Amino acid sequence: MASNSSMPSMPSMPSMHNSSATKGFVDTDNTEQPIGGRAPLVLNMHRFGEVTHQVCRVAESKPPLAWYVAFVICLGMLGFLGICVNYLIFTGVGVWGLNNPVMWAYDITNFVFWVGIGHAGTLISAILFLFRQKWRTGINRFAEAMTIFAVICAGLFPGIHVGRVWLAYWLFPLPNSMEMWPQFRSPLLWDVFAVSTYFTVSLVFWYIGMVPDLATLRDRAKGKFQQFAYGLAAIGWRGSMRHWHRYEVAYLLLASLATPLVLSVHSVVSFDFAVSQVPGWHTTIFPPYFVAGAIFSGFAMVVSLAVPARELFGLKDLITLRHLDNMNKIILLTGCMVGYAYSMEFFIAWYSGAMYEKFAFVNRAFGQYWWAYWIMVSCNVITPQLFWFKKVRTSIPLMFILSIFVNVGMWFERFVIIVTSLANDFLPTSWDQFVPTWVDIGTMVGAFGLFGVLFLLFCRYLPMIAIAEVKAVMPEADPHGHGAHAHHGGPHDSHAGHGVPSGAMPALRDPRSSEGQP
Amino acid sequence: MSRFLFPRWTNAILPFILVTGAIMPVYAVLVVAYGFSPKTIDAGYMPTQPVPYSHALHVGKLGLDCRYCHTTVERTSFAAVPPTQTCMNCHTQIHRESPKLAEVRSSYETGLPIEWIKVHKLPDYSYFNHSAHVNRGVSCVECHGRVDQMEVVYRHSPLAMGWCLECHRDPIDRLRPVSQITNLAWDQRTEMTREQREALATQYHINPSENCSTCHR
Repeated sequence: MASNSSMPSMPSMPSMHNSSATKGFVDTDNTEQPIGGRAPLVLNMHRFGEVTHQVCRVAESKPPLAWYVAFVICLGMLGFLGICVNYLIFTGVGVWGLNNPVMWAYDITNFVFWVGIGHAGTLISAILFLFRQKWRTGINRFAEAMTIFAVICAGLFPGIHVGRVWLAYWLFPLPNSMEMWPQFRSPLLWDVFAVSTYFTVSLVFWYIGMVPDLATLRDRAKGKFQQFAYGLAAIGWRGSMRHWHRYEVAYLLLASLATPLVLSVHSVVSFDFAVSQVPGWHTTIFPPYFVAGAIFSGFAMVVSLAVPARELFGLKDLITLRHLDNMNKIILLTGCMVGYAYSMEFFIAWYSGAMYEKFAFVNRAFGQYWWAYWIMVSCNVITPQLFWFKKVRTSIPLMFILSIFVNVGMWFERFVIIVTSLANDFLPTSWDQFVPTWVDIGTMVGAFGLFGVLFLLFCRYLPMIAIAEVKAVMPEADPHGHGAHAHHGGPHDSHAGHGVPSGAMPALRDPRSSEGQP
Repeated sequence: MSRFLFPRWTNAILPFILVTGAIMPVYAVLVVAYGFSPKTIDAGYMPTQPVPYSHALHVGKLGLDCRYCHTTVERTSFAAVPPTQTCMNCHTQIHRESPKLAEVRSSYETGLPIEWIKVHKLPDYSYFNHSAHVNRGVSCVECHGRVDQMEVVYRHSPLAMGWCLECHRDPIDRLRPVSQITNLAWDQRTEMTREQREALATQYHINPSENCSTCHR
């Protein structure tokens, strides 16, 4: 293979007859950039059809046992979320541990946490797309899915924390006989617009990007129902030149639309705090600090999800170590930015000479919630520093643990910001302590169940990887690439000449199917 | 090729689906906002009362003042519904045998009040004070309409929060001298200039609050 000869660091040269049983379940190190070339982003595949097969087989075969176990656990957590939310609605917000002055605690912590998680998806799909970062193709689909599910989880919390849930529509400026409108000068209303815009754009972007792959699933589907369901979702995609042209234009436009959202949404979320006057909240560093934190936590979540997903579904040739390595670098970078923001907050608290501001920060680190603060610092600033070492960046167990740490740390960051500032504000007579009730904790855990159920269903029934886009970054797709060999490959897998046994991939049949990307 | 593609006839319904999808949310909001508004479903409520008492006759023709029956309107938040005894002030003398008054007479004899049906109902979470309004130049007619012309009383205004706010935001046109407060045929919009009404607002210290706690206490 001409295209494979430029991978010197591969420990085991993949054989042509790589059996389809182990294919995708073994890690190959592609993190070294070969001299005078680019490290491959798709491994052990020589034909476009192999990518198609690798991704589609997840949706076409029974999932592994671990999927069922995870699904049952998540479903149980989701059920518990239902119990907690119903108990809250029928009893009132008193079932939470809120008090005066801590009127926001777990609810808003979870909201900000989940919105933040979502940011990696949009960053990968929009900004990395515009910057032509080819490695995004392997991970963008499920990062976008993660975004959507995270925003759904986030949307739950403002909805239920209003107390009278049946009046939650008051969040929106709708005409009504009370002539009552939301406060347009309040960042809480901006939040409604920011998050709902974000959700809409992300959803449309995700769906549009998925249409060609849904058509592939439709074309490969055996059952009548699957054919109809995927066919409906694929909105008549036939992979014609005109379809591809419009698709590319739409995708580019949506990417441009989504790009400002990456920065704006979490900035607006940070205004919820920064626009108020509570010490510890009222700082101008909040918008960039929140955006960095959001991308930090988002990428950590992508790693936390990608590691088990590629393991379970055998996608190690598509979500390669190089992808994970790159993401870990971003985690390191944004982790440092977050660490800088933490220290700058302290500096400004001292430099401003503002008594309350100074107190707020000393109180964060050494007050009643000192433990939460130091969990935050350890998980967000200290442990990600291990990613300076390539050994850590490419070690699957270590990166998984570190990404979980980041998730924990980022949850605590929001908790620290919200609760420590409120519990000890201007007036010492009203100081109090927030202690979560079982409903607080149940709702938090349940939200992870909701997220897990949605994500597992996505893994099971939808193309987890952008098949068409991944093909475009294969050497075979480069017309100027590796000699005439690639030309034979063409965008379609219609040629047979690679020695793959003809029975190996029985589902590959129609060269006119939608799986070709020029 | 056993794949599902949309049959050709679906092209015909596509524009319909798109247009409906675009218009539906707006339509739904408007239906809820205007179709379900008190202006549509509450204004004009006209229940049949146990006694066919005619305001048009008693107020419009005979010239009874509102306060003859609704005695507490200037002193309390609630404008009292008169007891049967008030009716009998006259009806022991007039129309003593009228079948229309059978209910009134039996109430007078048994001491059980007539069960009038309330037309102007406010929810219990909103506080309204009649005396605060009628003593400071807001006439009965502003909310209740021309009761002096009503054969059967009906709900003239929606009594919705937005409707209250309309006046609280711009009260000038609704103000008149207290001397004309129960004169339902009199209209300050034609009898007075705006400047005169503004002067009245100063004189009565009209500064209506729009705080939530004004009405939701």
